[in-house]
Amino acid sequence: MALPVAFFAVFFAWPVAAIVARGLKVDGTWQFGRMADVVTQPDIRHVLWFTTWQALASTALTLLLALPAAYVFARLDFPGKQVLRAVVTVPFVLPTVVVGTAFLALVGRGGLLDDLWGVRLDTTVWAILLAHVFFNYAVVVRTVGGLWAQLDPRQEQAARMLGASPLRAWRKVTLPALVPAVAAAALMVFLFTFTSFGVVQILGGPTFSTLEVEIYRQTSEVFDLSTAAVLTLVQFVAVGAILAVHAWTVRRRETALRLVDASVTARRPRGAGQWALLAGVLVTISLLLVLPLAVLVRRSLDAPGLGYYRALTNADGGTFLVAPLHAVWTSLEYAVAATVIAVLIGGLAAAALARRDAGRLVRGFDALLMLPLGVSAVTVGFGFLIALDKPPLDLRQSWILVPLAQALVGAPFVVRTMLPVLRAVDGRLREAAAVLGASPWRVWREVDLPLVRRALLIAAGFAFAVSLGEFGATVFIARPDNPTLPVAVARLLSRPGDLNYGQAMALSTILMVVCAAALLVLERLRTDRTGEF
Amino acid sequence: MLLSLQAATVRFGRRPVLDAVDLDVAEHEVVCVLGPSGSGKSTLLRAVAGLQPLGSGRVLLDGRDQAGVPAHRRGVGLMFQDHQLFPQRDVGGNVAFGLRMHGVPKGERDAETGQLLDLVGLPGAARRAVAALSGGEQQRVALARALAPRPRLLMLDEPLGQLDRSLRERLVVELRELFGRLGTTVLAVTHDQGEAFALADRVVVMRDGRIAQSGTPLEVWQRPADEFVARFLGFDNVVPATVADTVANTPWGKLPVPEGSPQGNRPLLVRPAGVRLVAADEGLPCTVTARTFKGTHVAVRLQPADGGPRLEAACALRDAPETGTEVGTEFDVAEIVVLG
Repeated sequence: MALPVAFFAVFFAWPVAAIVARGLKVDGTWQFGRMADVVTQPDIRHVLWFTTWQALASTALTLLLALPAAYVFARLDFPGKQVLRAVVTVPFVLPTVVVGTAFLALVGRGGLLDDLWGVRLDTTVWAILLAHVFFNYAVVVRTVGGLWAQLDPRQEQAARMLGASPLRAWRKVTLPALVPAVAAAALMVFLFTFTSFGVVQILGGPTFSTLEVEIYRQTSEVFDLSTAAVLTLVQFVAVGAILAVHAWTVRRRETALRLVDASVTARRPRGAGQWALLAGVLVTISLLLVLPLAVLVRRSLDAPGLGYYRALTNADGGTFLVAPLHAVWTSLEYAVAATVIAVLIGGLAAAALARRDAGRLVRGFDALLMLPLGVSAVTVGFGFLIALDKPPLDLRQSWILVPLAQALVGAPFVVRTMLPVLRAVDGRLREAAAVLGASPWRVWREVDLPLVRRALLIAAGFAFAVSLGEFGATVFIARPDNPTLPVAVARLLSRPGDLNYGQAMALSTILMVVCAAALLVLERLRTDRTGEF
Repeated sequence: MLLSLQAATVRFGRRPVLDAVDLDVAEHEVVCVLGPSGSGKSTLLRAVAGLQPLGSGRVLLDGRDQAGVPAHRRGVGLMFQDHQLFPQRDVGGNVAFGLRMHGVPKGERDAETGQLLDLVGLPGAARRAVAALSGGEQQRVALARALAPRPRLLMLDEPLGQLDRSLRERLVVELRELFGRLGTTVLAVTHDQGEAFALADRVVVMRDGRIAQSGTPLEVWQRPADEFVARFLGFDNVVPATVADTVANTPWGKLPVPEGSPQGNRPLLVRPAGVRLVAADEGLPCTVTARTFKGTHVAVRLQPADGGPRLEAACALRDAPETGTEVGTEFDVAEIVVLG
């Protein structure tokens, strides 16, 4: 427990505090009056209102579209399921800038829909909402579906035998068991959309702006650090409140679930209903997730003879000091390091939180762990630069800075994914192992680990993917000669010309392929059941 | 003594679940703790295993106080009520688990596992998945797993609780024979008196966290210590009585009691076998209200004509009267017990 606490204190609390202090402290005195000034400005209040309702709408829409998919992935067996699961996850790890551009190409002026039917959505909020669903589909599918796949179907069958209709059995038995996972997923989606940056930046235009976009604008365009600091605090408080509500609802519903091997719960689809559901989910995935990606790939191939890709191998000396392709290796190295850190920190935290005798203080930490997800990544990245550049902790020149920032965002995923499963492990299995002579450490290794291995792999996959796609913080701290993929993409996009744009598309495609490959490896590992861990 | 509990007390909140329990188990002894659910018998096992810390009192194994000794160092085995087999391991992996924890090398482990599976009647089952086992087979695997590290004390929590009757009766005999052969010291808990009596050298009846009676199965059966034990053993013919010398004044009239019975106001038990049905004009007049076939006899429920408490008689199969018949009843002194 001590290690996660220290980690979050040094690499999260301190940098954020440092940047807030810089914004609100003038000549050594706190300027709290600024807060009231900023919050009462009409345009800021408009931003707050829009941030909230678009997040709510995005969350609702995501749940509506993704919950059927969670069911399909958990309970139905069909060819290509693993590939599809990886495909669904890819959007989540794409840099927000790329997604924004892909959606622009799909629903904007001169986009696919415009060409076909003359439909344009880029001036409406629908483009933002759809892009948010695109991003967060995987959150719901993986969080809810992961647990759903392990729920014992016989519980529902028991309810059926007691006279419940299929719908009622689902509502009374399966749904309550799923609620913590659904709540966790909804919370994540809400947080991501509440703090949405790249998507809104590109698709929102001048009309729509979220808090995070406003913080970025104040920091890097208006250079009004004090307004940015106030907005950071506002976001902090809002996120804190959401997390508190969430922690409360989850705690009220903690129950030991009866988990079974996921491979025994999935069946071939039966009956028109299940086939229709499967078809519906496939169509949704095709239109919502695959189509934007396809447009992206299509654009990267616009130059003859893979011209954009070949251009990536050249260090042109202008945009980059090294060939853009080098960013692939840089990103992979950073992501692996960040994953190790995130799994270690998140795993330890989850194990501590899952103990039934965990006190109030420890449980409170559950909510705190989620804060990095909700606090502006821009703030964290900038805060790193301000707080960690002098002794005793001078990491500014160290390569570890980037993985640390990425792990900060990855660790909450690990906790969120592992915690429901760890809590659902029957405590008497641990006791059985202890009585047979297993020390507490071996109990964890022999009982918990094999049971949560699946969750752990999913968590690691998430952490890895998030690290690969992380943009907001990395853009501040990655060294110019060593950009990560998303940073390189953003830099290419910021420069004029078809070649740069095409290269950005090509590099995004590579990022997408790398993510998909990594996720596929994880999916393979997951089904490999031979041997002990 | 291999195991000694001295004033062992466990409280959940303010409610004592184990209330100053004293219990000794000698080496090679098979002791069965019998009690209704909620009487604290599972907590007793958990306290001995080190899974439940004591509020006060002591647990001694081989004379050594176990306070502060964690569960994995106590060297006792515990077979859980619903087996708690590790779902991700096969049968062999489950049985070998304890050996592996104790650092037994693989070759030896496999040999030992094979022997244990033979012993519990599942030869060659090592590679089977636990999910594919029937209840009885799971039970056997759980037993083999608990026996594998050769615990100095084997504890069984409702060992046969969920199995069907014929299997249970067969397994009780097998277990009894097995423990005798291996010389295992066993502390089992059950709510099933038949199981306890068949398995144990000594039966300990628990009530509300306290020990109500301890003795050989025969002693407990013949002389239940109090009304609770009598009723728990399934005896319903218990009435308040005033005992003077060898006569007890009861709602069923004056009944003979054995010489040397406790005197004064006490509950009195008449075992059903001690209720004889006679002609309607003799003894206590009753009406038959129900008949239940019990295999070896028929249990006949009787309502005394004077409105006194109902009683039960055990009748031979062909002698049992029809429901509604008027009969007379007499009482056999050998089956009457004045309770404490």
